[in-house]
Amino acid sequence: MKQSIFTIIENTPLTATVLRMRLRGDTSDITAAGQFVNVQLEGKYLRRPISVCDCEGDVLTLVYKVVGHGTAQMRDMQVGETLDVLTGLGNGYDLTLAGERPLLLGGGVGVPPLYLLARRLIAEGKKVTVILGFNTADEVFYEEEFKALGATVIVATADGTRGVKGFVTDGMQGVDYTHFYTCGPEPMLKAVFKATATDGQFSFEERMGCGFGACMGCSCKTVTGYKRICKEGPVMRKGDILWEA
Amino acid sequence: MSVNLCGITLDNPVIPASGTFGFGYEFAELYDINVLGTFSFKGTTKDPRFGNPTPRIAECEAGMINAVGLQNPGVEKVISQELPRLATCFHKPVMANVSGFAIEDYAYTCEQLDKEEQVGWLEVNVSCPNVHGGGMSFGTSPEAAASVVRAVKAVTTKPVIVKLSPNVTDIVSIAKACEEAGADGISLINTLLGMRIDLRTKKPVIANKMGGFSGPAIFPVAVRMVYQVAHAVNIPVVGMGGVSTAEDVIEMMLAGATAVEVGAANLVNPFACRDIIADLPRVMAQYGIDDLSDIIGKA
Repeated sequence: MKQSIFTIIENTPLTATVLRMRLRGDTSDITAAGQFVNVQLEGKYLRRPISVCDCEGDVLTLVYKVVGHGTAQMRDMQVGETLDVLTGLGNGYDLTLAGERPLLLGGGVGVPPLYLLARRLIAEGKKVTVILGFNTADEVFYEEEFKALGATVIVATADGTRGVKGFVTDGMQGVDYTHFYTCGPEPMLKAVFKATATDGQFSFEERMGCGFGACMGCSCKTVTGYKRICKEGPVMRKGDILWEA
Repeated sequence: MSVNLCGITLDNPVIPASGTFGFGYEFAELYDINVLGTFSFKGTTKDPRFGNPTPRIAECEAGMINAVGLQNPGVEKVISQELPRLATCFHKPVMANVSGFAIEDYAYTCEQLDKEEQVGWLEVNVSCPNVHGGGMSFGTSPEAAASVVRAVKAVTTKPVIVKLSPNVTDIVSIAKACEEAGADGISLINTLLGMRIDLRTKKPVIANKMGGFSGPAIFPVAVRMVYQVAHAVNIPVVGMGGVSTAEDVIEMMLAGATAVEVGAANLVNPFACRDIIADLPRVMAQYGIDDLSDIIGKA
């Protein structure tokens, strides 16, 4: 983990509520796809945990959704402004388990961390299929970006206004995969858990105090004991997950 | 910058508070935690505890609410696993924070930790707001708090510091009862009981509904209570509650604190304690303070 100051070099809307922020700074502690950063915002007491969408050289890309006061404040920030960021948080996805044909399933704002993952898997020569799930056509983002990496992209929308009608699991029909990676809201993760035949990795979300393992604010129970979403997670292996009632 | 806390010299008065610093090694990856006066480790109970369901955290103006519920591996594992790991990165006496649900639990857990060479002080938490039928019921009555102190003192040799709750009618009477029962020090304040409600769901943000409010917002309450207690007892007082800067440390000492714990600030800035310690000489010089021991209770 590292604390450093990043400078905003881009902050552009992708949809009505989702934006892409690119920042320049010390990214040396960001080692794995699926990790997150914790962003300090002026006037807000706790930091905001946001998943890493991409990281290349000294440029960090965050794709975030405006859901509250903090993310609204991020939306209003300008190029040239700076942010205090804790980097290198969480375990991230394990690429060694991918097999030859990994399947990536992302729902809504769970899509961004799959981007760096897809880029790295493709760089290793894997044949990557990505299923992106959204509520409606207006909310779709990053379809072209994933295609540009060379991934096979399937879009699913709950209302059928774009791609397959239904959820990410409805986009899985006929897809042959060796391992899967997923990130999204918990109901989607549960559906993916049931619909998948192979081993896979799930990225979880929880309200956090610190984001680096000190406060025990985001603990969960797993097959192998208590884990902190921020430290031993956010990525959990399929066989380790215990769903709470 | 050194102060003496119950017979043990601290290089400086800054102590990360229990529950915000784990067992130290997350922070030891970031900086040399031997710069600290000491730290109070994660509240330990007789048996392992998972704690409360999530969400356990809610943000507030200038603070936060937590309802972790004393998640810890239990005293046996703390001694067999956490303390040996801590020994590799921290070479000063550590403050052992203990909670319980019965007087016998407190006595048992303290007796085990008292035998550990690494432990310098026992901080007995009779004030956790997040466990039903637990800590706080002992901390809300002078008689109950005194009976915990007597039971712990009977089976231990190290200084016993009693951590008090602010969620009481008269904290001074509880502090005095602990002193009369043999406590070697008092630490205060634990968190203030608080609550937030999410307007979208129209339900409490925290699964446990209520939790402990901490952060800079509670600092004035803490200063007032430290002042009241420090003027009423003749044992050292450890002040805490919203301390975030070197200035806050000095204000707390002027109120009567011999040493000062820093809590929520560690969660926002993992380097908070290191930065406060580094800044103390500058603030001391600014206010003409040569020796921190001279200012204790001078307000």
